Amino acid sequence: MNRAEKEAYLREYGQLKAEGEPFFPYSVAKDSIMACIVMATIIGMSIILGAELGPKADPTSTTYVPRPEWYFFFLFELLRVIKPPELVPLATIGVPTICIILLMLLPFYDRGPERHPLKRPIATTAGVLVIFAMGYLTYLGASAGSPNEIDMKAPAALAGPALIEWEKGRSVVGQAGCLACHKIGENGNDGPGPVLTHVASRLPEAAIAQTLRNPTAPMPSFKNLETTQPENFKAMVSFLGQLN
Amino acid sequence: MAKIKPPVPPLPDSLNPSPRRAGTKPPPAGVIAQGQETGISAVNWIDERLQLSGGLRWALFRKIPRHDWTYSLGSSVMFAFLSQAVTGVFLAMAYDPSTTGAYESIRYTTNEAFLGEFLRGMHKWGSTVMVVLVFLHMAQTFFYGAYKYPRELNWVIGVVLLILTMAMSFTGYLLPFDQRSYWATIVGVNINGTGPIVGPYLSDFLRAGPEFGATTLSRFYAIHMLLVPGAIGAMIGAHLWLVTKLGTTSPPWNRPRHRPQGSDIGVASSAPSSNGSSDQ
Repeated sequence: MNRAEKEAYLREYGQLKAEGEPFFPYSVAKDSIMACIVMATIIGMSIILGAELGPKADPTSTTYVPRPEWYFFFLFELLRVIKPPELVPLATIGVPTICIILLMLLPFYDRGPERHPLKRPIATTAGVLVIFAMGYLTYLGASAGSPNEIDMKAPAALAGPALIEWEKGRSVVGQAGCLACHKIGENGNDGPGPVLTHVASRLPEAAIAQTLRNPTAPMPSFKNLETTQPENFKAMVSFLGQLN
Repeated sequence: MAKIKPPVPPLPDSLNPSPRRAGTKPPPAGVIAQGQETGISAVNWIDERLQLSGGLRWALFRKIPRHDWTYSLGSSVMFAFLSQAVTGVFLAMAYDPSTTGAYESIRYTTNEAFLGEFLRGMHKWGSTVMVVLVFLHMAQTFFYGAYKYPRELNWVIGVVLLILTMAMSFTGYLLPFDQRSYWATIVGVNINGTGPIVGPYLSDFLRAGPEFGATTLSRFYAIHMLLVPGAIGAMIGAHLWLVTKLGTTSPPWNRPRHRPQGSDIGVASSAPSSNGSSDQ
């Protein structure tokens, strides 16, 4: 805004102000009614939705799926959308920091005199797009399945104990956190680890077991699992060995 | 030093003592009159020392442009914050910020204390309501172009308040110390750690060390109930001061009913516009 535009704005604003209403009671009344609505909403949500308390924090468990509060879902989802490990800092800190800086400096790069949303097409479009992007990412984050479960149908040939073993392996693999880096069917993240959907066609069971015991970094070793819970390790290997 | 005097608008008629009508009796000089007199002189005594009445009158009765209901979103955020502060104080009374006692104290509040779950629910859902209102308030400011001259700095303060609100929800999420809050916080802190340059230091600061330990919880607690609320209070003060000083914007589609003075030389500035309304 140049000097003339500033003066024109201040003149018009002064006139609007002079034609306005006193803050008390005109604004105070509206604010008070809104405050009552806010209070009623909070009390209603508290009565209807309550405050659940989950199981006590257990630093030794590694299978718990962390879920942020819903209004952080869009940030959470950003992390899932941006896959390659060298871009992860960009997703976690880069994009949010850039967005906050852009937001904070908004009045310093958008200096046009127009205030009506329809006369600021770029700003209005950008605002609407940002709202839609955040809403969409929040929706994706909210509807994303648990990363600790593998949703797959057992091969039709399996029956009896083999099927039970397969189901057990399915749940162990899910809870072991493999999906954080591997994709199995429609589940999990594609990368940084290889896709495991057809791993058995590349590796025999023995080789899968060997990889689990002695993996290439950064994959964690499952040697401990084999010594403490050998039946779980066996189920894991047998589940993976049937992915072909 | 010259005293800066804000312009003081006149009291509205309803607050001015009306002159006694002819034929009515003068008020009795009884107990009530003495009581009124005492009250007035007490208020005068205080005002003589604090000199607040002028500023108060200016703040309450200053004129603001006509506006719509979205202009109440800001005060709603502040109200939600006040609700959070009050419920937070009551929650803090029973809270034990130690890794051994935190979960148990929250379990006590939730399951045994009188209205405990209701109180926790108000604090928990109050945060959701506050975040939603913050975003609505920001969207309104954005689409109404209210961040423009001369209110740029108030927008910057508002963004700082947004960051502080997010910091509140992040630090508060750990405090119940159940599985959900614990693991979400670990991930959150690790995300901070991936940031360039300051990232690892910020993580270490939040964790109070390289590992998530016993002091982490008390650090989060102190940030959540002392540091950030104090900062939010100060920032709200600055935000409100600027809003009061600069005045709230007018919705951009409202035009003055009369031409602004001096905008068009040759036209009488008090000439009513076509809608013929008069505010005299």
